[in-house]
Amino acid sequence: MNDKSITTLKGTGVSVPGNDIDTDRIIPARFLKEITFARMGEYPFFDERFTQEGGKKDHPFNAPERQNASFLIANDNFGCGSSREHAPQALFRWGIKVVLAESLAEIFAGNCAMIGLAAVTLSPGDIHEIQKAVDDDSSLELTLDLKTKKVSCGGREYGIEIPESRRKALVEGTWDSTALLLSRLDKARATAEALPYMNQFNSL
Amino acid sequence: MAENTLYNKVWNAHNVGTLPTGQNQILIGLHLVHEVTSPQAFDALRETGLKVAFPDRTFATCDHIIPTASLERPFADSQAEQMMEALEKNTEDFGVPLYDPPTGKQGIVHMVGPELGLTQPGMTVACGDSHTSTHGAFGTLAFGIGTSQVRDVLATGCLTMDELKVRRIEVNGTLADEVTPKDVILYIINRLGVRGGLGYAYEYAGEVFDEMTMEGRMTVCNMSIEGGARIGYVNPDETTYEYIKGREYAPPEDEWEKALAWWKTLPSGEDAVYDDVVVFNAADISPMVTWGITPAQSVAVDENLPRLDEAEGDLKKSYEEAYAHMKLTPGQKAVDLPVQVAFIGSCTNGRISDLRAAARVLKGKKIHPSVRGIVVPGSIPVRIQAMKEGLDRIFEDAGFEWRQAGCSMCLAMNPDKLQGDEISASSSNRNFIGRQGSPTGRTLLMSPAMVAAAAIAGHVQDIREINS
Repeated sequence: MNDKSITTLKGTGVSVPGNDIDTDRIIPARFLKEITFARMGEYPFFDERFTQEGGKKDHPFNAPERQNASFLIANDNFGCGSSREHAPQALFRWGIKVVLAESLAEIFAGNCAMIGLAAVTLSPGDIHEIQKAVDDDSSLELTLDLKTKKVSCGGREYGIEIPESRRKALVEGTWDSTALLLSRLDKARATAEALPYMNQFNSL
Repeated sequence: MAENTLYNKVWNAHNVGTLPTGQNQILIGLHLVHEVTSPQAFDALRETGLKVAFPDRTFATCDHIIPTASLERPFADSQAEQMMEALEKNTEDFGVPLYDPPTGKQGIVHMVGPELGLTQPGMTVACGDSHTSTHGAFGTLAFGIGTSQVRDVLATGCLTMDELKVRRIEVNGTLADEVTPKDVILYIINRLGVRGGLGYAYEYAGEVFDEMTMEGRMTVCNMSIEGGARIGYVNPDETTYEYIKGREYAPPEDEWEKALAWWKTLPSGEDAVYDDVVVFNAADISPMVTWGITPAQSVAVDENLPRLDEAEGDLKKSYEEAYAHMKLTPGQKAVDLPVQVAFIGSCTNGRISDLRAAARVLKGKKIHPSVRGIVVPGSIPVRIQAMKEGLDRIFEDAGFEWRQAGCSMCLAMNPDKLQGDEISASSSNRNFIGRQGSPTGRTLLMSPAMVAAAAIAGHVQDIREINS
């Protein structure tokens, strides 16, 4: 455990319904031309939130009562497509700290883990129930407990799924993996030296 | 879990060890870098005083933001210029070779690796781009990563990872005339769905892949991610070795036999165990075209688009969402789909064989007056080869614009974009809403020859009727 440890998160929710919401929709490619992530919080779902003339569209991320939401509740295959980390960065910097989904695209889930955004999956039935509860009450408080692997809201508890190694990394605060990997650089060099394509194929 | 597959062998060879979390520390044998997903990672190294751990295993090019009309510096788009300058500074400061346009070797990062002979069997390949799966065509474990992972690979040569399951996808028999690798992968995604590959690496096998060229295998592996599989690969064979031999970074002659000996130990064994096996018949595959907003929403070109009363529940909802964006009519014939823009290029279909296939259709023809068409070679070497063969003349005579190499209108980070709700026939990989640069733009994915045919007619055409 350290100061990056994430065990329990509490907050209100925002539903973004729909399957296969890809990372181009979460953040259109034109916003990837910035060389820092500093402004990404301005862009999540940009083209679904704003008209091309700049007017606001009807979107959960535009609803005044959802501006402090930190739980995003999504459906199947959320975050599919491009590997852009800008997508979880945009959500995180907007205020999202937890993604609850029926399923998560592989690269997106890995990117969430790398920045300490807790992305977990629940059964479709539970997601629909939570989406309905959140849609009905913008002040409903949700709690994610990564130790007991439960989400609770409205007096109900729901089991979550998350790869055990990812759960541990969040709970133990080792999701920011650079330091850990650096401490094992000598081991990496030993593995490299034993690989045929790194030693002129002499280690066969 | 799978055993004795190529996936397991390569994974084990690169597994540095198990971390306290239970994840594995996986060594990356080839790290490819481009301008869009790397600047924050290099900055993180700078802030913490770190170096690139394996600079001789790290290579950079520029592709996503590069303009294809003129390469004159500074680029007209100041953000693109800033991004290019950041890449130049980062690669210079950290000692990473940069294959930019003046080297004559620049191109889409997934073209450059194979062309230089950097991509070789048995490697782990990582790049901040989801289409890194392309390199799996060589029998590598190749996958896209995000920027924080780019930072980790730069600083430590490693990633923290969990092992995937392995699904073998066999396609047996012989493909009919005019059925291309693009049609094969669109068919597979149509059958297994865009979520079918979650948690899996895909191993493509069977007679169709045994017979397929390296360029075709790259097209198929490229789109693995569109089926949800972060990794897709083909076991290496003589076709693979023949492709690599003699390239700049290929094993030199005095190492070649030893390299071959190792490569031949890599393919999945007769006794390999898979988590899942799926078998398809080549004879069932026709030229394909997408009509919706995911790469699985496709039909054979001689079919009709699905009717809403054929679907229910979530499927019906996804059809309704797709039709609302695409402004198409359920049940209409695929060959009646209108086309206003034709894009030939991308890491999926921007190779020389793709340009030849399109040029064959266009030779002596004119594209429809209401269609604007651009051809964007995937790399400078492809561009030069095409010009040697006179393909540029064929494209220009037909009314296409002949451009410089880059990603271009596949994701529209440069000036090449759809306008308004234009509908494009595209040889690229994604038909997502807004993907080609206009929030209301529409994309029909198909093979390069089908794009060429659609450009001539102003609507989708069955390539079998054109080339027969």
